[in-house]
Amino acid sequence: MTTNNLIPAISFEKKLSPSPLMNILVPVVSVILALLTGALLLALTGKDPLQVYSVMFYGAFGSKYGLTETVVKATPLLLAGLGLAVAFRMQLWNIGGEGQIYMGAFGATWVALTIPDQPAWVVLPAMMLAGAVAGGLWAVIPAIPRAYLGVNEIITTLMLNYVAILWIDYLVYGPWKDPAGYNFPLTPSFSESAILPTLGDTRIHAGLLIGVVLAIILYLLIFRTKFGYEIRVLGESPEAARYAGMNITGKIILVMMISGAICGLAGMAELSGVTHRLQQGFSPGYGYTAIIVAWLTKLNPLGIIIVALLFGGLQVGGFAVQMNGVPATVVSMLQGGLLFFVLGGEILTRYRISINSRRGDDTP
Amino acid sequence: MTEKLLLEMKQITKKFPGVLANNNINLSVKPGEIHMLLGENGSGKSTLMNILAGLYKPDSGEIFIKGKKVSFKSPRDAINAGVGMVHQHFKLVDTFTVSENIVLGTGTKFRLNTAEAVGQIESLSSKYGLAVDPTAKIWQLSVGEKQRVEILKTLYKGSELLILDEPTAVLTPQESRDLFNNLRQMARDGRGVVVITHKLQEVMQIADRVTVLRNGKAVATLERDQITEQDLAWLMVGRDVVFQQKKTPARFGVKVLELRNVEALNDNGRPALRGITFDVKEGEIFGIAGVAGNGQRELAQVITGMRRCTAGSIYLNNKNITNLPPEKIIRQGVGHVPEDRMGTGLVPKLGAVDNVILKGYWDTYARGPFLDYKKASLETERLISEFNIKINDPTAPVSLLSGGNLQKLLLAREMSLNPALLVAMYPVRGLDVGATEAVHRLLLEQRTRGTAVLLISEDLDEIFKLSDRVGVIFEGQINGIMKTEHADLEEIGLLMMGAKQTGEMPS
Repeated sequence: MTTNNLIPAISFEKKLSPSPLMNILVPVVSVILALLTGALLLALTGKDPLQVYSVMFYGAFGSKYGLTETVVKATPLLLAGLGLAVAFRMQLWNIGGEGQIYMGAFGATWVALTIPDQPAWVVLPAMMLAGAVAGGLWAVIPAIPRAYLGVNEIITTLMLNYVAILWIDYLVYGPWKDPAGYNFPLTPSFSESAILPTLGDTRIHAGLLIGVVLAIILYLLIFRTKFGYEIRVLGESPEAARYAGMNITGKIILVMMISGAICGLAGMAELSGVTHRLQQGFSPGYGYTAIIVAWLTKLNPLGIIIVALLFGGLQVGGFAVQMNGVPATVVSMLQGGLLFFVLGGEILTRYRISINSRRGDDTP
Repeated sequence: MTEKLLLEMKQITKKFPGVLANNNINLSVKPGEIHMLLGENGSGKSTLMNILAGLYKPDSGEIFIKGKKVSFKSPRDAINAGVGMVHQHFKLVDTFTVSENIVLGTGTKFRLNTAEAVGQIESLSSKYGLAVDPTAKIWQLSVGEKQRVEILKTLYKGSELLILDEPTAVLTPQESRDLFNNLRQMARDGRGVVVITHKLQEVMQIADRVTVLRNGKAVATLERDQITEQDLAWLMVGRDVVFQQKKTPARFGVKVLELRNVEALNDNGRPALRGITFDVKEGEIFGIAGVAGNGQRELAQVITGMRRCTAGSIYLNNKNITNLPPEKIIRQGVGHVPEDRMGTGLVPKLGAVDNVILKGYWDTYARGPFLDYKKASLETERLISEFNIKINDPTAPVSLLSGGNLQKLLLAREMSLNPALLVAMYPVRGLDVGATEAVHRLLLEQRTRGTAVLLISEDLDEIFKLSDRVGVIFEGQINGIMKTEHADLEEIGLLMMGAKQTGEMPS
């Protein structure tokens, strides 16, 4: 607890433990503050904030179509959020979710285009496997230098996103381009057997089911298994993990691989469930939004289900307000505001701010 | 003001929660003298100097610089008054050059004129023999060079009073000699130099005067010609030791732990252990006495597998365990109470249950790949009541517990593993009297049960109270091993300061 013990006017002292009240209060207040900030900006541009918010809310949750679309948008956020949360639990800052989604889509597409005529029970599992493997291996690339040399994974995972996206661009502009696609950057449509089943006449697809099942599995993995225990200890205190004899290097690689594999599944599900083909820019930054989703739940897999739905609603609500002449980027603004206030609020839960305090711990 | 003093500190008192760090301390420094501040860890040396450097504000007392009363509100005030401090941990910007670091925080102008500074720095460094390239980046420098940059920084800012906090801790013997020559040169120029140390020989080597601190009090200030090693040792550690004979008579068994010529490096890659040989028997508490930083940490780590041993070998029950991974060593029955109980020994954000299973989660508390939390909770409840630990909610983060309860929880876990060997490092550091007593009782219980206990401590009272034999560690070597009942406190004090165990001391 080396807080600043010099003589500034304001100092932050670490609290021994966040108070339970703050744990609930901070997220709630953060949401309110984000909405207020958004309202202020909307008002400044001459829009009626209340009206915009009500249109957004109604668009996302007010109709059957809106609700189902919210679920559709939430699915990739759920999957990617779960993937990232596993890595974040171990303090591995995998910012490469977006790239892993693209590589997962690459793996899945390869299977879909290679064996289109096999039955669905062959093609779909093979696509899932290929997506997970491709995403997982993509995450292993930055994991190896991190594990052995301590190379910062934030930078490497982030940079690999661009590589992955450009690799997909190359494929959809080049070798995999649909000959009948009027030169658009997309592959041919997948065959029937490469498409995930949907719920009734909605666009909600089996990716949601995969996500919910995975969330439960991950919850059990993290809180009930030896492996999850090691992840928690490693994340909270690497020294204690070493002291207890845990293998750190191997676990970094394994956990990054799992993280990337789940993000890869997100890419597979999006293609197989929604777009039915690989196309340029099929993910509008799900891998980045998922970072916020994972953080807002304090990395609790079950919480991610709920927050992913909220964020899905935010996206759908954004489309709805576009029709009123409000740019959909209002959504990005609200997302940014949310993250900003939640992270800021974290300081309040973990630190006590004291003004003109001169005490601190000392090693006399 | 009797004579022209550069610095006078009068009746300085500083309290921290639960500790009286400085208790009415007086200190004066004349121009041109090297004044050493000698004391054990925790005696209040650093606090006193941090007050002088403007980092802390004293609760009471006055400071005079060249006869003028001053009151520092920040380190900047102290610097402006001519006080410069070289901290133990350097405060340099790694990616900046030497001259940029030196100039940093001096000018009031917007633009940094490093070119002009370079000339000044070069003349200062040649004048005092502080060789360093002003255009080099800090990360390219050795530890000794970084220290020279820190000294140049204070000189560049015009410091007339230089404070160095344990400057030789990071230096090789040759570098230390050079440093002392440089300091002498500065003193000759009329500057005052204060050196904080706990090494006796350094005082003998260069001090003009020495002030000895003990438990926050200045116990004596001696002139050069009054200084003898014996007196200093006694002043530093001197206290009434009560020999409590509550111990049950020893029943030693076979050798459990044996170290033969063990060597290891510290985190900076310098030799930390230089040929350590000793053994600990069943039912014996072997105490390692020494001033912190002489290799204790590394010693505990090589035995528990957390640090590589570069030479020599370690045996546990006649099996070679040298450089086995920590997990294997734990399984062979080695318990470990680490120096840093929170963060190494315990995971702060996890609850008591999760901390209890830290060393048994792989088999004792496992069912296949799953954890057996039912068993873990029962065991935790058992330990809590057996060891009388105050915990309301065994799932709440252990960071909420007091130091005493943390240590009891840690000891409870290690003891529940029925270790053949228990390595305990500073087991009562920071604990109150009650908790200290409880921890000591637990360690003695282990001894009765036949566990071999290696007790590493800075506290001689603790060593004398608990151990059957004591070895003194100094600069990575065991200077002497003796039976506690025959040991002489003064002799141990001298050995801790680096004197060799020879015939010259009666024992």
